[in-house]
Amino acid sequence: MNATDFHTVLPEVILALYAMAALLVGVYAGKDKLTGVITWATAGLFVALAIWIGFKGEGVNPAFGGMFIDDAFARFVKVVVLLSAAGVLVMAQEHMASHDLGRFEYPILVTLAVVGMFFMVSAGDLMSLYLGLELQSLALYVVAAFRRDSAKSTEAGLKYFVLGSLSSGLLLYGASLVYGYAGTTLFSGILSTLGGEIPLGVLFGLVFVLTGLAFKVSAAPFHMWTPDVYEGAPTPVTAFFATAPKVAAMALIARVIYAAFGAIPAEWSQVLAALAVLSMFLGAVAAIGQRDIKRLMAYSSIAHMGYALVGLAAGTVEGVQAMLIYMAIYVTMNLGTFAFILSLEKNGQPVSDIASLNMFAKREPLKALAVLVLMFSLAGVPPMLGFFGKFYVLKAAVDAGMTWLALAGAVASVIGAFYYLRIVFFMYFGKDVEGADSKMAPVQWLMLVAVAAAMVLGVVNLFGIEPAAAFAAASLVG
Amino acid sequence: MVGLEHYLTVAAALFVIGIFGIFLNRKNIIVILMSIELMLLAVNINFVAFSSYLGDLVGQVFTLFILTVAAAEAAIGLAILVVFFRTRGTIDVEDANVMKG
Repeated sequence: MNATDFHTVLPEVILALYAMAALLVGVYAGKDKLTGVITWATAGLFVALAIWIGFKGEGVNPAFGGMFIDDAFARFVKVVVLLSAAGVLVMAQEHMASHDLGRFEYPILVTLAVVGMFFMVSAGDLMSLYLGLELQSLALYVVAAFRRDSAKSTEAGLKYFVLGSLSSGLLLYGASLVYGYAGTTLFSGILSTLGGEIPLGVLFGLVFVLTGLAFKVSAAPFHMWTPDVYEGAPTPVTAFFATAPKVAAMALIARVIYAAFGAIPAEWSQVLAALAVLSMFLGAVAAIGQRDIKRLMAYSSIAHMGYALVGLAAGTVEGVQAMLIYMAIYVTMNLGTFAFILSLEKNGQPVSDIASLNMFAKREPLKALAVLVLMFSLAGVPPMLGFFGKFYVLKAAVDAGMTWLALAGAVASVIGAFYYLRIVFFMYFGKDVEGADSKMAPVQWLMLVAVAAAMVLGVVNLFGIEPAAAFAAASLVG
Repeated sequence: MVGLEHYLTVAAALFVIGIFGIFLNRKNIIVILMSIELMLLAVNINFVAFSSYLGDLVGQVFTLFILTVAAAEAAIGLAILVVFFRTRGTIDVEDANVMKG
């Protein structure tokens, strides 16, 4: 441990110190007076750090004896996590203040969750993996139950806590088996022991670890918490759940399978392919019957996680690159969609019923158009950006010789298109009944329109994330 | 002679009991919290047994981290349980059903 180590973890240290300082300031100021200030300061810090990490970082910097790795892969994911968390904070700020949720703890808990995600994506050891994952999860359990007086929100928090702890237990059991049979918890050490015959204990451990992580990304068949938690948690919290934690957990899976188990791709590739197929089909089929837009977004995210897993199951550099591009696009689409969901209300009360969107286009033509673009993009209709995300992962699967997986993905995306397009149908051709209004703060409006525009304009060159993702993937797979 | 495999068997049994405690338990949410602790305990036994068998201290360090995190987790779980009880007036598993899932 020396000064360079601390220099490597400086972003994490800054965030953690900021969270504690903000907590002190919030308590001294008393009773949520500074909620707005702290929210904007947190978002500002996130953006500043994203710029710093994105432009300043270079090379591969292991710290603390390899337990923490700062490389291009980690930096790419960190920038996505920071920007999406900042976006969620600023677009939900007015909503939270006007719906009796304006407590100063929220941005601080988000900050702590982000610190946890940083450690997850930079983990180089089973110990730092576990601690990062728990730091993130514990903060998320609390924000799920953030509306303390609501039966739905507390139930969401409870369910998330129980199933999240179960998944942590599975992951830990796997970690203990890997440690016992490989003799070390360092990823690089595990990788070097996997040269010859693979001990059965390590295989069991790998499956348990992947199971625990599949819970965190809500891949089927470990998705059962997702719809309830998405529906029950306050909408700004749901927006957060659907973005940054998903990216971090997906990156963590990539990190584990390549940094620790990169020598045995055949073993994890099958597991990931099975998870991917189940997630894509379950997400597509189960969403059809949903009437609540937040529940629908939960199934949508399960399906999207399936596509990202297709990229990882391919087991190639292109697959990891496709996964990174997919997650970046997915997060952007979700930010825009949730900016819209946040704004829906009827007589001052938030609504999330899909039927309330009937003839929305007549009342708000511009917003309806933006949502149409987003829904097409989520469904993967060309020429929206969402299509390119799917195209990259499916192409990676075909190139890796897993054509059946790519075909399954294409079929699932056709099934899944139905429920996205049904929302569009309701907005443009629905019954002429009194529906929900959309009262938007300027930030939300900007977010919705900017994301919708990005979905169309990004076709030109994907805003240059393609080479960045390729560089990041190469640094992980090597 | 008590060897590594005995410890691993006990740990596996405890772990499975913990998982079944979560899924088969139809009464009380406190029992679920206890089951979660039991799972973490099983993992700790695994780690300490491997650590002693391998002559490597890392497993015991890991155990200490798990104990610390488990304490924090229990604190947060109980806090969530308290707010749940305040809104519903019950902690029966079967009553956690406002949302169907």
